[in-house]
Amino acid sequence: MAELAAACAHQFDDAEQQRDAATLGMWVFLVTEIMFFAGMFTAYVVYRSLYPSAFAHASHHLNVVLGTINTTVLITSSLTMALAVHAAQVGHRRTLVLFLALTLLLGSTFLGIKAYEYAHKFHEGLVPGPAFTYSGPDAAQAQLFFSIYFALTGVHALHMVIGIGLLSVLIGRARRGRYSPLYHTPVELSGLYWHFVDIVWIFLFPLLYLFGIH
Amino acid sequence: MQPAATDWPVPERLVSTRVYYLIFAMLVVLTAVTVTVAEVDLGALNNVVALSIAVTKAVLVILYFMHVRYSTRLTWLVISAGLVWLSILIVFTLSDVWTRSWIAS
Repeated sequence: MAELAAACAHQFDDAEQQRDAATLGMWVFLVTEIMFFAGMFTAYVVYRSLYPSAFAHASHHLNVVLGTINTTVLITSSLTMALAVHAAQVGHRRTLVLFLALTLLLGSTFLGIKAYEYAHKFHEGLVPGPAFTYSGPDAAQAQLFFSIYFALTGVHALHMVIGIGLLSVLIGRARRGRYSPLYHTPVELSGLYWHFVDIVWIFLFPLLYLFGIH
Repeated sequence: MQPAATDWPVPERLVSTRVYYLIFAMLVVLTAVTVTVAEVDLGALNNVVALSIAVTKAVLVILYFMHVRYSTRLTWLVISAGLVWLSILIVFTLSDVWTRSWIAS
């Protein structure tokens, strides 16, 4: 089995250390991403604490059913991503491609639903700017809510698009047999990225959609 | 014919797919719970419940889907440090904003 021993770059003692280093590096990046989203989350928390009723009233315009569906879609995509990594670990190439494709499909479904929601907001006149029309009280604070809503979900959607791009590259390479139990680091690291984007939504959904629906 | 798992050496920790399906089921249940509880008026408790459920879901994803439970101590340290910086941001920003009224204008 000596010829199957994983090769590693010269600065590492063995393949396991190389893998741990890759994981660590990815997590350092994800920590910067946490801080990136944290800034916008903090803005939301601050203004929500200052204008609770205005924000609750504004959030009624968000569709809880679509938000719940999207949450379930993303959670399922995290499952399929984890199963894709597993398939790479045991060398099942076709299963790997299948689960990467399913993850991509679910991610695209999420974006499709998001696009529908955005179009609806546009037609209701809830996009901040000169076209903003709001029938309830505290229109200025409501516009603030929607500014933060579009900033948070928009940047999240951008991260989804990047994730879908990553998945497309992975699918192409996986189909050509680039990944094996000895080397599938890009699949694992893309998995970490995808799960992170899911976690951001796990917090976005209750904060934006579920606040004040009673 | 796909190679069987035993044909290849698997040098790293392999989490069984059963665990993934179990975590997935828990995440779906927690989503249903958070939506259902949000419909009930619990006053200030609504925020606490919603955030607690969100944190639980995030912890499940981090530990199992992201394999952090099987990762090195150094990875745990980096993640914990990130969470510390996150709390500094939120706690200090909120303590600033929420105590502005204490200062006579």
